[in-house]
Amino acid sequence: MHEMSLAESMLQIIEDAARKQGFTRVKTVWLEIGQLACVEQESLRFGFDVVTRGSIAEQARLEIIETAGQGRCEKCEQNFPLAALYEACPECGSYDVKVTSGDGMRVKELEVE
Amino acid sequence: MCTTCGCGTGQTLINGKPLHKAHRHSGPMHFRAREVDADVQGVSASRIVKLEQDLLAKNNGYAEANRSYLSAHGIFALNLMSSPGSGKTTLLVKTIAALNGSLPLAVIEGDQQTDNDAARIRAAGAPAIQINTGKGCHLDAQMVGQAMRQLGLQDDSLLLIENVGNLVCPASFDLGEAHKVVILSVTEGEDKPLKYPDMFRAAEVMLLNKCDLLPHLEFDADLAIEYARRINHKLQVIRISATSGAGMPEWLAWIKSGCRNAVAAKPEASLG
Repeated sequence: MHEMSLAESMLQIIEDAARKQGFTRVKTVWLEIGQLACVEQESLRFGFDVVTRGSIAEQARLEIIETAGQGRCEKCEQNFPLAALYEACPECGSYDVKVTSGDGMRVKELEVE
Repeated sequence: MCTTCGCGTGQTLINGKPLHKAHRHSGPMHFRAREVDADVQGVSASRIVKLEQDLLAKNNGYAEANRSYLSAHGIFALNLMSSPGSGKTTLLVKTIAALNGSLPLAVIEGDQQTDNDAARIRAAGAPAIQINTGKGCHLDAQMVGQAMRQLGLQDDSLLLIENVGNLVCPASFDLGEAHKVVILSVTEGEDKPLKYPDMFRAAEVMLLNKCDLLPHLEFDADLAIEYARRINHKLQVIRISATSGAGMPEWLAWIKSGCRNAVAAKPEASLG
C-alpha cells in the first residue's frame, strides 16, 4: 500500500509550506488526482488521517479533485479521453497511445490559518 | 459518491460494482462547512495557500541525484520488478554466473523482511546489500541512494536493483535507474499486464520468465505479450528461462550493450 508513502509526502509538502509561509494550522487540503494515477483514493484518505495525527494538519479536510485521463494516438494523432491504460485509440484502434494528462497527483492548495 | 459530503469513495470495485464502505472525514462535514462560512465572514484569519506540488516530487529529486551519480560514473542501473515468485532472484543469480566476472557488478536487494536474497547473491559471487522495507511495499530513491553509498560502487559497472515483489507500488517510484525491467513468469496469468497496467507502462523491457515450463502449461505467451504491448506499445520483450538458460544470451547482450553505452555517455569532466 504505497498510499501511506504518498500520504507522508503530502504531510511533508504541507510542513515545508508551513515553515516557509508561517501558518500553524491546516483546515483543508485540495489534492488533484488524475483518473489514471496509480493510487487508490480511499487508501490515501485513510493514510492521510493516520499520518496527520498530532501534526498541523490534524483534522484537516481532504478534498480530492479528480482530473480526467487524456490520451493521444501516436499513429493517427487523435486526442481522446482515456479511462484506462489498456484502451485503444477510438479512431484507428491502435494501442500506440501516449497518456497526455490525468496521471498526476498534486497538492493544489491549502486553507490555512 | 458519498451522500453526506459528495466525495468519491475510491476506485475499489467488487464484482464490478463500487465498494460501499463507511468512511469518515476528519470531522463532521456540516460542522466544517459552518467553520468555512465563519471564515468567509472574517471571523477567522483563514487564507488559501497555492502549492501545486507533485506528491512524488521529493522521491523524484532523490532519483535524479542517483541518476546523476550513476551517469557521472558510467554505471548502468536496472530496476527489476515483478510479483513475488516470478523468479527474480534466480534470474539474478544466473545472470551473475553467466557474466562470470566479465564486468564489475553489484546488487541491491529489496524485501520486506530477511536478508536471504542478499545472501544468495553474495554466494553467487557479487557484492549485495539488502534493504528491508519492513511494512513498506516498494523501494524508494532515498533508500537506494543510501544503499549505493554503502555499497561503494565501482566506476563503469552494472547495478542490479531487485525491487520488493509487488506488481503495483514499485511502478510509481523512480529510483534513478536507466531502465525499469518487469518480469512476468509463465506460471502467472496472461492478462496480468491488463490487471496491473501501471507496472507494464512504467517498464521498458519485459522478461517473460520460466519459458522452459511452457510445454506443461496452457499459458499463451503471444497473448501475454500482446496484452503487455496494449499497455506499452514500445515494450521490448525477451523470452527467457533462468533455469534452462534459454534467452539468456539475448538478455546478457542487452545488459552489456547498456553498460557500453553508459560508459560511452559518461560526461567528459569525469574522465581520467
